[in-house]
Amino acid sequence: MHLLNTLYLTTPDSYLRLENQTLAIEHNHELKLRVPLHHLSSVVCFGPIQLSTPLMHGLAQQGIALVLLNEQGRFQARLEGPMAGNVLLRRAQHQAGQDGERSLALARAFVAGKLRNTRSLLLRGAREAKTAEDEAALTRQAQNLAASLRALPASADLDQLRGIEGEAARQYFAGLSLLVRADARDAFHLRDGRTRRPPRDRLNALLSFLYSLWMNDCRSALEAVGLDPQVGFLHALRPGRAALALDLMEEFRPLAERLALTLINRQQLRAEDFVQREGGAVSLDPEARKAVLVAFQERKQEALQHPLLAEPLAQGLLPLVQARLLARAIRGEADVDGAPASYVPYLIR
Amino acid sequence: MLVIVCYDVNTETREGRRRLRRVAKLCEATGQRVQKSVFECQIDLAHMEELERKLRAAMDETQDCLRLYRLPETRGAEVREYGRFKAVDFEAPLVL
Repeated sequence: MHLLNTLYLTTPDSYLRLENQTLAIEHNHELKLRVPLHHLSSVVCFGPIQLSTPLMHGLAQQGIALVLLNEQGRFQARLEGPMAGNVLLRRAQHQAGQDGERSLALARAFVAGKLRNTRSLLLRGAREAKTAEDEAALTRQAQNLAASLRALPASADLDQLRGIEGEAARQYFAGLSLLVRADARDAFHLRDGRTRRPPRDRLNALLSFLYSLWMNDCRSALEAVGLDPQVGFLHALRPGRAALALDLMEEFRPLAERLALTLINRQQLRAEDFVQREGGAVSLDPEARKAVLVAFQERKQEALQHPLLAEPLAQGLLPLVQARLLARAIRGEADVDGAPASYVPYLIR
Repeated sequence: MLVIVCYDVNTETREGRRRLRRVAKLCEATGQRVQKSVFECQIDLAHMEELERKLRAAMDETQDCLRLYRLPETRGAEVREYGRFKAVDFEAPLVL
C-alpha cells in the first residue's frame, strides 16, 4: 500500500488551477509550485484559498478529495467524486446501527482502543518522568484508566459506556500537563480541562488543530472503503455530524496528543507561537501552524508496527487499515476461527 | 521509482515545434522540469510504460530522440543537485 501525499494550503489568497494534469499554485501571479495530480490523494485548503472550476473537475475525476477548512482548521466542506464503495456494505452498516447489541459492541471497541492507547501514553510518560512525584501521579492515572477499561464490558448500554469514557477523559485531561516538560508547564496546560469552540489555552488550541487533521484522515478513510461516515455507533447521529469518523478517531486521539507533546517538549512550539484573540480564544499563529502541518505529515510517514498485520505500516495508513477492519466487522464476515469478526482497534505498543 | 526523461526534438520545421510542445506537455503532466529538456518523474512502472507509449506516439523517431532512465529507490541518494534549481520532493510534506 502506498501512502499518497496530502497538499496543505495555508497561504491566504493562493490561487490554484489545473494546468495540463498538474495542480499549479500561484500567489500574486507568481507560480509557486506545480504538483502532478498523481502524487496526491487530497488537497486541504485553510481559509481564503482560491481555486478554479476546471481544477475541481480534475480532482473529482482523479478521485482526489478537496477539503475546505476555515482558518482555524475547522471542517467546512468536502468535494469528492461519485460515492465509492458498495451499497450492500452501507446497508449492513445501517442495520448494525439499529441493532443495539452490535452498536454497543462496536462502541465499546472504540472506547477500549482510546483508553488503552491513552494508558500507553501515560505509562511512557511515567517511565520518562523527571521527578518521582510525576512518575507516581502518572502511574496512578494509568491505573485509573485500567480500572475504566475493566468496567467497559459491564456497561449495559451506550449511556453507561459514554459515562465511563467521559469520566476517564476528564481525569486524563486534568493530568495531561504532567506530560509536558516542567519548564513549559506554565505556558502549556489545560486551564479548565478540555475546552473547544473555541479552545481557551495553548494546549487546547494545539490539540483541537491536530484532532481536526486526524478527523479529516479518518473521514477520508471511511469514504475510501465505502462506509458512510455519518452513521456512527458510539457518537449519536446528528445532522451534518460525521459520527462514524468521530468513532474511528477515538483510538487515534492519543497519537495526536503524543505529537502535541513532542512538539512542545522538543520546543518546536513555544508560547509565542500562539495568539490570544478577543473573547479569550487561543489559536496557532500562521507560521507555527505550517510547522505543525509539516510535523504531522512527517509523523504520518513514520512506520509503526501493526499488531494484527504484523508488519510495519506508515502511521498515515492506520485510518485506512482500521476502516477496512471495521468494514469487515460490519459486514459480519467470518474470522479465521469461523466466528463473525469483531472490530479490533489499533493498539500502540 | 525515479525516472529521468530527456529528449531532443528537431525544431527546424513547424511540425517539429508542434511535436516539441506535445512532448513537453506530456512530461510536465507527469513530473517536474529540472532542465530545459530533462524531467524527473516519481512514478511506478505502469505509469512509466504509459508515459513512454504516449511520448513515442508524439515524437518522430526519424528526427527526434528520447531517453528514459529508471533509477531504483536508494533512499534519496539518487540525485545530487547544485545550482539555481531545487527540485520539489512530492513525497515529502507539501505545505504552502
